[in-house]
Amino acid sequence: MSDINEGLQEIVDTLVARFEASTYEFRDEISLIVKAEQIVEVCQALRDEFDFKMLVVQSAVDYWPQENPRFHVVYRLRSLERNLIIGLRVPLDGNAPLLPTIETVYRNANWFERELWDMFGIHVEGHSDLRRILMPADWQGHPFRKDYPLGYEEVQFSFNYDEIDQRKPYAKE
Amino acid sequence: MLEQPETNISADSLDEIKHLVSERAIQGETVLLNMGPQHPATHGVMRLLLELDGEVIVNCIPDIGFLHTGIEKNMEAKTYIKAEVMTDRLDYLNNVGNNLVYCLAIEKLTELDVPPRAQVIRVILTELQRIASHLVWLGTHCLDIGAMSVFLYAFREREFILDILEMVSGQRMMTTYIRPGGLWRDVPVEFENAVREFLKMLPPRIKQYEDLLTKNKIFMERTKGIGLLSREDALQWGITGPMARASGVNQDLRKSMPYTGYEQYDFDVPTHTDGDTYARYLLRMEEMRQSLRIVEQALDELPLGPVRSDNRKYVPPPRSELSTSMEAVIHHFKLWTEGFSPPKGSVYVGVESPRGELGCFLESDGGPKPTRVCMRTPSFTNLQILPLLAKGHLVADLIALIGTVDIVLGDIDR
Repeated sequence: MSDINEGLQEIVDTLVARFEASTYEFRDEISLIVKAEQIVEVCQALRDEFDFKMLVVQSAVDYWPQENPRFHVVYRLRSLERNLIIGLRVPLDGNAPLLPTIETVYRNANWFERELWDMFGIHVEGHSDLRRILMPADWQGHPFRKDYPLGYEEVQFSFNYDEIDQRKPYAKE
Repeated sequence: MLEQPETNISADSLDEIKHLVSERAIQGETVLLNMGPQHPATHGVMRLLLELDGEVIVNCIPDIGFLHTGIEKNMEAKTYIKAEVMTDRLDYLNNVGNNLVYCLAIEKLTELDVPPRAQVIRVILTELQRIASHLVWLGTHCLDIGAMSVFLYAFREREFILDILEMVSGQRMMTTYIRPGGLWRDVPVEFENAVREFLKMLPPRIKQYEDLLTKNKIFMERTKGIGLLSREDALQWGITGPMARASGVNQDLRKSMPYTGYEQYDFDVPTHTDGDTYARYLLRMEEMRQSLRIVEQALDELPLGPVRSDNRKYVPPPRSELSTSMEAVIHHFKLWTEGFSPPKGSVYVGVESPRGELGCFLESDGGPKPTRVCMRTPSFTNLQILPLLAKGHLVADLIALIGTVDIVLGDIDR
């Protein structure tokens, strides 16, 4: 444990005891692994009791083909007073993932959570404005999922030109 | 004459955004107006849906994503080193900073050491890039509110910095000069003189801009008291960078969580308490001066030595070794075909970009390609505040507000 994290261990210990959470440590970064239904309480405690006033980032990692948990929603919260940064991880099931919103705690979670819905298909419960944010409103699928293909142009040779041409999405007469 | 439609928003989309506009818009008392996606003042392609009562903005709903290119998804399909070129394309006014944060994340993941010379050159280039970015901001912001000449001056000075970047990397904008473990190669001999010349040239020019703007009555009326942002709102909305510092949040990652050796330089973090567009202008001008201070100190103590780590498991060997060492050939081949495989784990690194906290969350599964690269981009979070700032202002002020938030659409849409 280096001196950058001075004081963080204490906070982590308190929260681990209170929420029965586990921790994940790697390269001097500590993340709490909490259950989805606890996330709002944990955020509230971190903001009000431990001065973590700023939500830095909220995103997700997809561990497909692993199904349970398939997603980890990751958070980074920053405390300006204590000069600390803490991570949170919420494991979610791959089958209809559901996450409570922390918009009431951190206002800027609004767009991050819209992105979670748009890109990972994680439904955020209680969100005030859950629309797609980056992709067009009528888009099918959630692009950042691992089972969503990257997409590429098929190479057409003379023997399969027509066959591929038929599949290509452009206006034909 | 054609019959005018009631609103220019179709019924479907109005249904979708019903909860974001006021009751009066549904009854047709206020007007819904599209600004953008193609609008010169939106600095790219962004659509703002405005609810207007006369000329006063009742609600403003940003619609982003027109520049979404799936950079994060694409990076997952490339090896770590090949994915780096995609980071340049995020925030195209701060590409050196984007490379830096990505490389710092990889270096944290793999515990690579960076030689001191490389670190100092990294600082010089990121600070020059910060000045270049602020110059673009100054130019376009002033252009938007009607001061054409500043735009031309600012772009003239920016060209000097782009020339320096071209000198070191061969590219004006998409440099990819910073690499995991150091730099692509050492800077050429003319580098130091070019930077010194720039250091001499810029301070009087900044003075010139300030003479043109700071006491300019038109400029002051367009910016003073426009877009007030309180300290509480700035914290609540996760605002970082000059936006937050102009509202009294004393937060600069270069000071609070130093990286790349920023702790050895003597510089101030300017803050302001007014929190309006004018304060943000004053603050960014001061930041340019502080960046010059850092560059000067860094240049004075530029150490000699290698610019790349010699950990051959992660950093390719120099070209000269390839003709003499079989091991170097093997490493070269492995690194450029298969790539390196960092240990399993996830890291987050944040740096101070010209717009705020630029972060990179990197997760590795132990293979040669990243599992997830998430760029925490400052414009994305800072733009969220726009509806709050715009409420109650005139449409003309919205132009000034978009300018003062200093957005880069490549950074927002990724």
